[in-house]
Amino acid sequence: MLDKNGIAKRIAKEVQDGYYVNLGIGIPTLVANYVREDIEVEFQSENGVLGMGPFPFEGEEDADIINAGKQTITTMPGASFFDSALSFSMIRGKHVDLTILGAMEVSENGDIANWKIPGKMVKGMGGAMDLVASAENIIVAMMHTNRAGQSKLLSECSLPLTGVGCVKKVVTNLAVMEVTNQGFKLLERAPGVSVEDIKNATLGTLIIEGDIPEMQI
Amino acid sequence: MAFLFRIFRYQNLIIMINKKVANVSEALEGVKDNMTFMFGGFGLSGIPENAIAELVRKGVKGLKCISNNAGVDDFGLGLLLQGKQIDKMTSSYVGENDEFERQMLSGELDVELIPQGTLAERCRAAQAGFPAFYTPAGYGTEVAEGKETREFYGKMYVLEHAFNADFGFVKAWKGDAAGNLIFKGTARNFNPNMCGAANITVAEVEELVPVGELDPNQIHIPGIFVQRIFKGEVYEKRIEQRTVRQRE
Repeated sequence: MLDKNGIAKRIAKEVQDGYYVNLGIGIPTLVANYVREDIEVEFQSENGVLGMGPFPFEGEEDADIINAGKQTITTMPGASFFDSALSFSMIRGKHVDLTILGAMEVSENGDIANWKIPGKMVKGMGGAMDLVASAENIIVAMMHTNRAGQSKLLSECSLPLTGVGCVKKVVTNLAVMEVTNQGFKLLERAPGVSVEDIKNATLGTLIIEGDIPEMQI
Repeated sequence: MAFLFRIFRYQNLIIMINKKVANVSEALEGVKDNMTFMFGGFGLSGIPENAIAELVRKGVKGLKCISNNAGVDDFGLGLLLQGKQIDKMTSSYVGENDEFERQMLSGELDVELIPQGTLAERCRAAQAGFPAFYTPAGYGTEVAEGKETREFYGKMYVLEHAFNADFGFVKAWKGDAAGNLIFKGTARNFNPNMCGAANITVAEVEELVPVGELDPNQIHIPGIFVQRIFKGEVYEKRIEQRTVRQRE
């Protein structure tokens, strides 16, 4: 079974040379730590920066340079700043190659719910609805089950949706799955996890074809 | 044209329409109860700190505010919430604010949550003279409920409308009396999109430089989009999430 860093490490393998990538808050943020060093990637943050770098050294924080999580950041050589409308032009206009975000639920047809739990304080969708409605390549990073042990991979989402039919791939602590017309197609198992374990933790349709290899991370 | 050019050249005139006001109080002249305001900023970055402080001093109430976030309890728009000056917030994300949560749950505060890109584009549409636009954001979700939807090239879109606001309060890094603005870093965010999107745009800047000092090539927002400009007295520029890495 993978921990959050393990999930991030596996997703980092999906990042290719020349990609512009938008990382959501939570596990997706960790992906930046594991991207291969021999490829060139630029990270976009929807509050208006392309070419995001690591956190600043202590004493070098700048209130005017933050990411969408409102954390102080730095920029890489070649970075640029822009306004919010232009930022979402990059997103809606499909100029961003890969979007990685967290989720509360994903359904077998690629619907995603990650912004609202009825009865709880709703903080808002931020840029998530724009991101999922437009991105061509969306990978969800999440735990396979919630804290109560219930599957987050369902035939239909029970929570209010963020977007419909948009998720392409899901990487969890147990497995890598592709969203197909028939349901979640199991691609890889996490180290030490059996196909049976994944079946038991998945409520949506799970397609298992042939031998399922263990993840290489 | 040639005639005008000669006049400007030989009489050494400065071609400028003056937008500069003496202080924040003058900048907010005409602000009344129950108005709709736009506020630039993302989190606490690039917020019009001085305009917010003056609105608190004036005590105007029943405000409808358009802002990506709602500040924190004791800073940013949180200060207006504390005085119960806001009736309605239109935002994309409103975490990190206990008083906001209390007023929202008790029903004192009307909250409309909309996608962040839609918020930005509704500002830009107002600035650019578009009454409405189609976006894919929110299709199939509760955000699209009651809204017109339409298919273009096999994909579904939601019709969203331009904002209509009385005042837009923005914050820039540098500006001149002609109203030209330059922003810094990610403090830019919604600020440029809100310039010219409300009936009156009030820009506050950290540095108000003499006309002619800003390089026209570097100006982010031309003064035509700004009605009033002033130098903010104080900028606290609070950091919401201070994240650092260790030196090796």
